[in-house]
Amino acid sequence: MKRFGRMGAMFALTLSMVMLGACGNNNTGNTATTGNQATEAPAVANAGNTKEAKDITLGFSQVGAESGWRSANTKSIQDSAKETGYTLKFSDAQQKQENQIKAIRSFIQQKVDVIAFSPVVESGWDTVLKEAKDAGIPVVLTDRAVDSKDTSLYITFLGSDFVEEGRKAGQWLSDQYKDASEDINIVELQGTTGSAPANDRMEGFAEVIKTNPHLKVIASQTGDFTRAKGKEVMQAFLKAHKDIDVLYAHNDDMALGAIQAIEAAGLKPGEDIKIISVDAVKDGMQAASEGKINFIVECNPMLGPQLMEIVQNVVDGKSVEARIVTEESTFTSEQAKEALPSRPY
Amino acid sequence: MGKIYKHHLFWPLSVLAALLLFNLFYSPDFFSITMHDGHLYGSLIDILNFGAPLILVAIGMTLVVATKGIDLSVGSIVAISGAIACLTISKGADQNVMGLILTSVLIAVGLSLFLGAWNGLLVSVGGIQPIIATLILMVAGRGIAQLVTGGQIITVTSAKYAYLGSGSLATLPFSIFVVAAVLVIALLLTRKTALGLFIESVGCNPSASLMSGIRANGVILSVYVFCGLCAGIAGLLLSSNVSSADGNNAGLWYELDAILAVVIGGTSLNGGRFYLTGTVIGALIIQTLTTTIYMIGVPPEITLVVKAFVVLAVCLIQSDSFWAVFASRWKTRHYPGEKEGIHHVS
Repeated sequence: MKRFGRMGAMFALTLSMVMLGACGNNNTGNTATTGNQATEAPAVANAGNTKEAKDITLGFSQVGAESGWRSANTKSIQDSAKETGYTLKFSDAQQKQENQIKAIRSFIQQKVDVIAFSPVVESGWDTVLKEAKDAGIPVVLTDRAVDSKDTSLYITFLGSDFVEEGRKAGQWLSDQYKDASEDINIVELQGTTGSAPANDRMEGFAEVIKTNPHLKVIASQTGDFTRAKGKEVMQAFLKAHKDIDVLYAHNDDMALGAIQAIEAAGLKPGEDIKIISVDAVKDGMQAASEGKINFIVECNPMLGPQLMEIVQNVVDGKSVEARIVTEESTFTSEQAKEALPSRPY
Repeated sequence: MGKIYKHHLFWPLSVLAALLLFNLFYSPDFFSITMHDGHLYGSLIDILNFGAPLILVAIGMTLVVATKGIDLSVGSIVAISGAIACLTISKGADQNVMGLILTSVLIAVGLSLFLGAWNGLLVSVGGIQPIIATLILMVAGRGIAQLVTGGQIITVTSAKYAYLGSGSLATLPFSIFVVAAVLVIALLLTRKTALGLFIESVGCNPSASLMSGIRANGVILSVYVFCGLCAGIAGLLLSSNVSSADGNNAGLWYELDAILAVVIGGTSLNGGRFYLTGTVIGALIIQTLTTTIYMIGVPPEITLVVKAFVVLAVCLIQSDSFWAVFASRWKTRHYPGEKEGIHHVS
């Protein structure tokens, strides 16, 4: 029995080695042919377009599906990949950095043409990005940035400017209360601690409201971008502070949770407590059109088409700008009511 | 006096009292309870309402731990149960029909019973170590929940479903009554029938219990089914509280909080004796701590550190070896034999 086990192990080992070898050969064969194509192409066909759309493989590692925004983002990328005919290797990191690093490593092993990902957190990416660079695979950051000092590790960062979103939110509030004679108490529901949108939306907001001495953030706590946490934290805020005038939530889901807490406290969201939120997902826009959210700063998740354009440019060897900002607008309650029927997500 | 000190609820209760006392000094508003449209409103009520799902999960976990097992999959069952209930309701034409709500609740409860039985079978019949057997569902369950929700957050607009988790009965949150009912049933079953004894004996020594005529496998299977049921009900409460199902985040890390509540409550992870009331106090300590942290405005960056320190303190206070170290230090006379005893224990 024991002997058989050992034999079996040996057999398995040999088999796996053979297969690994085969895979290795296969891959080198592939790269060789693509390499040939790349060198031959300029001579034969017109410059640039060396790869057919169906030959381009994009590895994309998503943060997770933590919010409606994220789901819309995922859908946009999947749809536009289908439209352009690229092969999309999609991986969901379930909000864990280690999953994302694993996914990127597997993309490197699979020798995809371009790797795109939305980093779960800002820091700790240097090693894996270096591996991608060494393998000669260009990396595109989408939606969230990394704090890496070496900007040569990635080609470009496509996404919203979160600081600007924070500023827009702060600006609206500043305008609303520019004639205020007494203190306006603001509570803030932060996103996941340490994430780029949470840090930047807080920073941009603080930067603008600093100019008005009456605007004061009296409490700020993380709601992890989720409804349940948003509700729980808001309920505690309502108990701890009797005179909250404004709520600034870093995303719609937390604002929606907080609205339930405010209603449970017998107050009217949007009137007794003004609510500012970021994202503009469907449920959030719905609440805004009902007057429960006063102001929403849009954070556009439809990155798909722009991402595919970048992928094409990168594969063609064209230069890509180091920072590409998505187009975004803002909505007041009235504007939300008008825009709601035509929103794609 | 010595007897009170020795009682298994002494330390959990004093920790809870200490937390409340801290709040009394720091924010006196903590204890204010007012009436708001026919229901009570205040931080204490919030703690009970938000703590309800955790208490439920921890009750189920206590019985599993008593059989020397552990159930890591409760968080995932919470997510699945909430997801399937919300999905069923969102498919209905009129979300407020009582039949639809009942169907969805029954489907969710049935599914969580099945998932509990799956864990139980793996542990009892399959003979897999509990931590591994339930780890399977912990990992796979999140995926199942996301499959059910399609990666989206399902929002329901059913007032009747929302009643489960955020409605109130006789001025108190409805969820408290659900918890009370489950607790009473668990207490009656384990303390008024021989079942409690069976569970404890299986936890101490499964083979010896089998020899003395207890069907160890049956007992183990039933505690996992019960644990699944508790997690399923908790999932219903959680999702109904925010009227939406979030496959990704609902019940995330619940298993760890539940195990912590069980341990704070005085039940040993080595199986055997278990204390359901202690577990309830343990869960309340965790929820009170969370609410306190929000109320006093601890910066989010150090929230977890503060929590960790309080939990560390609670566990050290309850550790006999920890006290023994102090006792031997303070004592002036040392006997060699006694010292050996202490070393043996630790």
